[in-house]
Amino acid sequence: MLLLLLGIIVLHVTVLVLLFVSTIVSQWLVNGEHAADLWQNCTSGASFHCLASSSNEWLQAVQAMMILSVIFSVLSLFLFFCQLFTLTKGGRFYITGVFQILAGLCVMSGAAIFTVRHTDWHQASENTSYGFAYILAWLAFPLALASGIIYVILRKRE
Amino acid sequence: MSPRATRRLLLAAGLLAALGVSPVSPIHVYTPREVYGTVGSRVTLSCSFWSSEWISEDISITWHFQAEGSRDSISIFHYAKGQPYIDDVGTFKERMEWAGNPRRRDGSIVIHSLEPSDNGTFTCDVKNPPDIVGKSSQVTLYVLEKVPTRYGVVLGSVIGGVLLLVAVLVALVYVTRYCWRRRQAVLQRRLR
Repeated sequence: MLLLLLGIIVLHVTVLVLLFVSTIVSQWLVNGEHAADLWQNCTSGASFHCLASSSNEWLQAVQAMMILSVIFSVLSLFLFFCQLFTLTKGGRFYITGVFQILAGLCVMSGAAIFTVRHTDWHQASENTSYGFAYILAWLAFPLALASGIIYVILRKRE
Repeated sequence: MSPRATRRLLLAAGLLAALGVSPVSPIHVYTPREVYGTVGSRVTLSCSFWSSEWISEDISITWHFQAEGSRDSISIFHYAKGQPYIDDVGTFKERMEWAGNPRRRDGSIVIHSLEPSDNGTFTCDVKNPPDIVGKSSQVTLYVLEKVPTRYGVVLGSVIGGVLLLVAVLVALVYVTRYCWRRRQAVLQRRLR
């Protein structure tokens, strides 16, 4: 049983780390030397300098969704430890699972909005490709969903 | 007449002359320096003045408009002999409204349904006979396309709204469960 507990916590922490990295790191769109991100656009040519991103409403919505997903995941971890000690035997970790599922939905909607609307604030040229932070965001979505569902199905033992 | 009496008479005459011919100060006109408005909204161009004379019936208030980039200043409003005359043939036709009160030293006008072509300088000129010397005052109108929202309004409102919604739902669920459990306990006690 301890192994199960450890596995669940490792999965949750992995989701949390993925969410943090994809929110903070500046690699959502890569174009040669340019890297566009949620928060700033960086150029690493002869000199390395960064400018703040545009204040487009859709970009702000993506930022809001990513921040919300991080908040929900952190809350979910905190509530998991609370429920671990206060739940009755046989009870389910409903609220932990609900918050983790919410985090997954938020990161999915954020990444989806970004995919559809990124041309609003960033002119797409030929060799613009998605950076690794964008891929991590899409990876975090199924993991968060799976983690949340495991919490909802799991029953507290011993 | 004795020299002392002559001196006293001259002094009295001098005083009377000083009182009679009081120095007339020019009329002062005040307007804000810049006014901002968005396309389609209304804006008030306020003009207030100060005159050392009583407000007479012959007071006249005039507004001129000089469009941005143009050198002509056209007259758009005139108030004389207690009657306001609003532009009814020019660019401000049916868009201007007299909102002033000369008795209260206010010569403001209101412009409705702002258009981008309203960008320019408005001049307010007040003449209150016999107080007619004075500078007119200018106000520049800037018409903006739409109100630019500050960065962070959408971000903050989305985060705040979703967190509030989730908090309300969670509270609702817990309250419902608590009430349901209390009812179960009461029912069980009654059955026993």
